[in-house]
Amino acid sequence: MSLIKPLLRAPLSAQFGLLVIVLYILVALFAPVLAPFGETEVVGEGFAPWGGQFLLGTDNLGRDMFSRLVYGARNTLGIAFLTTLLAFAVGGFCGLVAAIRGGWIDQGLSRLVDILMAIPQLIFALLILSVVGTNATSLVLVIALLDATRVFRLSRAVAMTVVVQDFVEAARLRGEGLWWLVSREVLPNAAAPLIAEFGLRFCFVFLFISALSFLGLGIQPPTADWGSMVRDNAVLITFGDISPLLPALAVALITVSVNFVVDWVLHKSSGLKEC
Amino acid sequence: MNSLCKLLLQRLALGLLSLFAVSVIIFLAVGMLPGDVAQAMLGQAATPETVAAFRAQLGLDLPPLTRFGHWAWQLLHGDLGLSLANQRPIAELIGARLGNTFTLALLAALVSVPAALLLGMLAALYRNSWFDRLLNTSALSAVSFPEFFVAYILILVFAVKLNWLPSISNLAPGASFAEVLERSLLPVLTLSLVVIAQMMRMTRAALINLLASPYIEMARLKGISQARIIFHHALPNALAPIINVVALNLAYLVVGVVVVEVVFVYPGLGQLLVDSVAKRDIPVVQACSLIFAATYILLNTTADVLSIASNPRLMHPKG
Amino acid sequence: MSDNNNKITQAMHDSGLPRRDFLKYSATAAAIAGAFSLGLPLHGWAEEATPKAGGVLRMGLAGGSTTDSRDPGSWSDTFTFVGFSAVYNTLSEISVDGTAIPELAERWESSPDARIWTFTLRQGVTFHNGKTLDAGDVVASIQHHLGDKSTSAAKTVLGDVAKVQAQGNDAVVFVLHSGNADFAYVVADYHLVIMPAKDGGADWQAGVGTGGYRLKGFEPGVRMDLERSPDYWKAGRAHFASAELLAIADGAARVNALVTGQVDVINKVDLKTVALLKRNPNLVIEETKGAQHYTFPMLTDSQQFQDNNIRLALKHAINRETLLASVLYGYGQIGNDHPIQPGSRFINSALEQRGYDPDKARFYLRQAGVDSLKVRLQASDAAYTGAVDASVLFKEQARQAGIDIDVVREPADGFFSNVWMKQPFTTSFWYSSLTADRMFSIGYAKGAAWNETHWDNARFNQLLNAARGEMNAPLRQEMYNEMQALCRDEGGAIVPLFASSVAARSKRVAHGGLTAPYGELDGLRLIERWWQA
Repeated sequence: MSLIKPLLRAPLSAQFGLLVIVLYILVALFAPVLAPFGETEVVGEGFAPWGGQFLLGTDNLGRDMFSRLVYGARNTLGIAFLTTLLAFAVGGFCGLVAAIRGGWIDQGLSRLVDILMAIPQLIFALLILSVVGTNATSLVLVIALLDATRVFRLSRAVAMTVVVQDFVEAARLRGEGLWWLVSREVLPNAAAPLIAEFGLRFCFVFLFISALSFLGLGIQPPTADWGSMVRDNAVLITFGDISPLLPALAVALITVSVNFVVDWVLHKSSGLKEC
Repeated sequence: MNSLCKLLLQRLALGLLSLFAVSVIIFLAVGMLPGDVAQAMLGQAATPETVAAFRAQLGLDLPPLTRFGHWAWQLLHGDLGLSLANQRPIAELIGARLGNTFTLALLAALVSVPAALLLGMLAALYRNSWFDRLLNTSALSAVSFPEFFVAYILILVFAVKLNWLPSISNLAPGASFAEVLERSLLPVLTLSLVVIAQMMRMTRAALINLLASPYIEMARLKGISQARIIFHHALPNALAPIINVVALNLAYLVVGVVVVEVVFVYPGLGQLLVDSVAKRDIPVVQACSLIFAATYILLNTTADVLSIASNPRLMHPKG
Repeated sequence: MSDNNNKITQAMHDSGLPRRDFLKYSATAAAIAGAFSLGLPLHGWAEEATPKAGGVLRMGLAGGSTTDSRDPGSWSDTFTFVGFSAVYNTLSEISVDGTAIPELAERWESSPDARIWTFTLRQGVTFHNGKTLDAGDVVASIQHHLGDKSTSAAKTVLGDVAKVQAQGNDAVVFVLHSGNADFAYVVADYHLVIMPAKDGGADWQAGVGTGGYRLKGFEPGVRMDLERSPDYWKAGRAHFASAELLAIADGAARVNALVTGQVDVINKVDLKTVALLKRNPNLVIEETKGAQHYTFPMLTDSQQFQDNNIRLALKHAINRETLLASVLYGYGQIGNDHPIQPGSRFINSALEQRGYDPDKARFYLRQAGVDSLKVRLQASDAAYTGAVDASVLFKEQARQAGIDIDVVREPADGFFSNVWMKQPFTTSFWYSSLTADRMFSIGYAKGAAWNETHWDNARFNQLLNAARGEMNAPLRQEMYNEMQALCRDEGGAIVPLFASSVAARSKRVAHGGLTAPYGELDGLRLIERWWQA
């Protein structure tokens, strides 16, 4: 009950966002059931029209577009979610600890992050992926590492303004441990900007992957993924063809939805009563 | 202010150290890539003899430490060295492109930063109104499409259909400023759309976060207007995260625009860097990376100093 | 950044001219030179329509990189090929009908064993800096690619050359290690441009040539600006007043630039868009057939593929027609497991076309003593755009024949140095060659540097040597016919497709109606051959 109540009271945008997210998760989980054909299966002639046997037609090789989109949800969302989670676990935690502990831990971590961040993200990814090879695991690890540096900076900056406040000082004087300081004193007061960042970071992973596929290093064919699917057909956009729009819209919809929900959570946690 | 000066100097010293670390990392990373400049340049036309001749000619047969030392020594004397791929002085290779990159970043920053801050404050002021929602949704939509997708859509509308602007931003030597402006408009627009959302949302979030603080509550009880509360009472305290996000995005405008450069055929540093990585042209990769890293470190340091200056409590840390 | 096409580029422009033809052409060379001074229209340079002088030719080309250089030995892709072809000339030129005609050399003759070649230079040709062309310039320019210290991509092209020396002021003598009837075609290679000699070497830094256009500016990876040389020696050529080459790596950006009228010509049109571009009444698609061919090389000395039955099974398990439609959108021709392109004068037209036949594939599997087969195909788009797609399609087709192909996608970076010719089953591509001899020599002969299947067939190698020195054209053709059959039935490479190179031009520019049948953009010579409409 306690979960449903705030949901019913949530603004329309948040409800819409949640609905879309749940739908996406279902699609991702049940992709093999929902998709009429296999992910990489060649089932017909290339460029079959919409409707009929193939709901959204086929791509240039004769693979079913609809099935590819459905499998794309699984691959794209899975990778983006894992990456963001990893980035926040590592980056967020280190940032908070750096802010609370200060001293050489802060200095050490901050300098390391400075160095990593000073190397252009795309180039760094390009270098590492060229060395270790492009597969899902290395993509997740590399992007998570790069994103973690951004999260670290933000969480440290936000936590710094919290740490200097009196209640943290008081808790310190009470002799509370690091874990208490992080989870009870600093995190609740630094959560809002971090949550906002989570929403955007999550979406940036899609974008980063599609930028990498622009340079030929994204998720590799024949795996279906929205970022690469947009890239593959992008050249058709200037002819007014809509096929690249489908995966792009799929990404846009989830981005907007995630951020609607984030906004709502943000609003609730801010404690503002007015609506 | 003394403590600020000290901080600044300390940061600059650390920045130089970071630059050194970056150059070591890049040198090692490029060294770990499969193949070297000789193989990359000759491609499949390579035979063992030509590759060996190439390596000897460029001194690639020397041990890595010697090459790095030589490079660093030259750099300390202000010499970026020669490109391995075409033997041109790197300073000359980079010069014009560096100007192009900074012009593009500057134009995009001039458009996006004021717009993002203004929109963010307005969104906070009219939070949860239809205006706020519309703004938010459009910003999110803009940012949720890949850069090249946004760019192609803009090209479709403004170049192919309306024929108002050129689809590629190639600059003939000696182009006038007006020409540069016209040719840069679409890339600037693309970049702005990409970076505005994050800055705007951070501004809004940071402001709204503060609106629940007791001192704002107090101000509100005193009957101060919403707009005044936001601009005079909340904004100064929300500056730290906003400045950080702005700095990150400014850095992105300089170092992260490879894709936009490729789509608009804009001769910037990003394309040079990617090409040089592909050809394993280590000195050029080093030079570009150092420029990017220095840009980032400068912006970052400025952001840190500004956020400390904006928060008196950070200026005088206790204990 | 995606068009990684600098593979064996020199393979493209050579031609195995039968000895009989060669004699005919060297005999006519003098006549041509004579006709020149009279200002008569010439064989090879004659134009079908009346060209208009003036105007600017603007090109948006793939294949330009920031690492490009003025050094001819380093040219590896379209941008430098096309641009510098307008600045420089070579000793001989490949005409639109695919034969070698005199360019800076006015005529040539060889010793009876085709081992010693003498090129007599055209008189009164000057470089853009005013210097008059002499034999010293030619020797320095050729030497630039030779020697132990050479890093030139053309070094292998000149592998036959033992010695090159001036004979007086206006003749150059090449001494070859062994006879080569095709040598007049070798010196037409676009790397072998003639530069002025300076301090004992060739002066490539200055960018000064004898061509129709002066180099006004070159910013590698960005642009090249050319302006017409007022005193170009060649009549009926170089019509544009200036030319502008833009390096546009992104396929969509090239198409956009053409559609919005910012450039007049683009190359490497994304095949997805060809059908859409054709609807635009202002544009014309220029297709050059058989420009490249795609292969799936199987290492014949690997444990997996040493049995020819296994190779034959795979050759029957691929559906060429489907690949042509899906990967090339129809812009190409199907291959017959040998590297001679359909339409080449060396093609064995009696050879039966191999088709998709899963039953036959199963038959060959049984011959090899197995019921089913599992192989690993290491694919990369470094070979050609769509190589991974083609491999995936192949996998689906081979399944019908009980062959399980595990497609492993390899990174494009370093593919040709680390995977190709090292792993048993990979993807690859070749620029097709005008001459059967050249193609077989570099890709199929025993011990050749790029024998991508490690093939060693005694009969084939014997025929190759015999054909190179064979003066009798029908006899030579018979040998080539047998060699094609050997490749098809015993070789290690599956050759499913010959790909066209597809360019597009705006109707603002025109050409004589006939473009060179090899090499994109009118044999890379559009700048001096085309004109404004």
